[in-house]
Amino acid sequence: MDIPYTVELRRDTGLNNGKIGIWLFLASEVMLFGALFASYILIRTGSPSWPRGDSILNVPLATLNTIVLISSSVTMVMAWASLMRNRFGTFRLYMGATVLLGGVFLVVKYFEYSHKFHDGLFPSTNNFLAIYFTLTGLHMLHVMGGMAVNAYFWGPGAKLWKTNPTWFTNRVENSGLFWHFVDLVWIFLFPTLYLL
Amino acid sequence: MTDHAATSDHAADIDKHVRIYITVFVALMVLTIITVLIARVHLPIHLAVTVAMLVAGIKGTLVACYFMHLISERKLIYAVLALTVVFFVALLTLPVLTHHDGYWIH
Repeated sequence: MDIPYTVELRRDTGLNNGKIGIWLFLASEVMLFGALFASYILIRTGSPSWPRGDSILNVPLATLNTIVLISSSVTMVMAWASLMRNRFGTFRLYMGATVLLGGVFLVVKYFEYSHKFHDGLFPSTNNFLAIYFTLTGLHMLHVMGGMAVNAYFWGPGAKLWKTNPTWFTNRVENSGLFWHFVDLVWIFLFPTLYLL
Repeated sequence: MTDHAATSDHAADIDKHVRIYITVFVALMVLTIITVLIARVHLPIHLAVTVAMLVAGIKGTLVACYFMHLISERKLIYAVLALTVVFFVALLTLPVLTHHDGYWIH
């Protein structure tokens, strides 16, 4: 049985089901991160003193990761644009680059975390580190999830391109929406945790 | 002939999109550098938070509007996001209100 409205648009919404589905999911994600940002504000404003992020965390590494993640957003959108231009080979290159850049982000984060642990700085050390590890840890899980989906579309999932290219392009667009959201969250996490 | 014209129109449209993506990428890089440079000035905390969130807001808007194509999306998506914004703002406002004696929450 075919899944309805994967390619054709619904009359009532003017969208295919995948598109509305991913946006509803992203709305729930906004609330998930929103709850943690609210916790951050509550803990910080209720604290008699609060360290500046750059006195504990590594700003150059985080800046590098910001550049890496923004670049991966561009390669992601270029992967989708390649499919729209009917250039599957170029899609593979851009999608591969997106997955690779996600990997670079995780490697840099690994060095950041291991350096903190080496210095005896853990989530239990203080409130600042507790919220830092929670927010960046949750974000990192999202990077891993996005990478897994993108790697699937780069590899085995790309078979769909041969049988139903429009559906495949829609799927890549939706996984792209999630990936851009992950980038968007980092754009706010970076100054909040590292620079203020 | 018509099909060919439609295809070349579509290709030109995507080419235009790609040029916009590259422009947005450059803008995001510049804004990232600005974010880091401003942090080095060590502004008073209220001003530093305002400036940092303003720059992050501009970057976020660029990503949402152009990479996520929100600039030309269907009404239903805008409705979903408008509702999300209302609850998100409420969520962030609640802890702030707890610190104002004599306000809503003590």
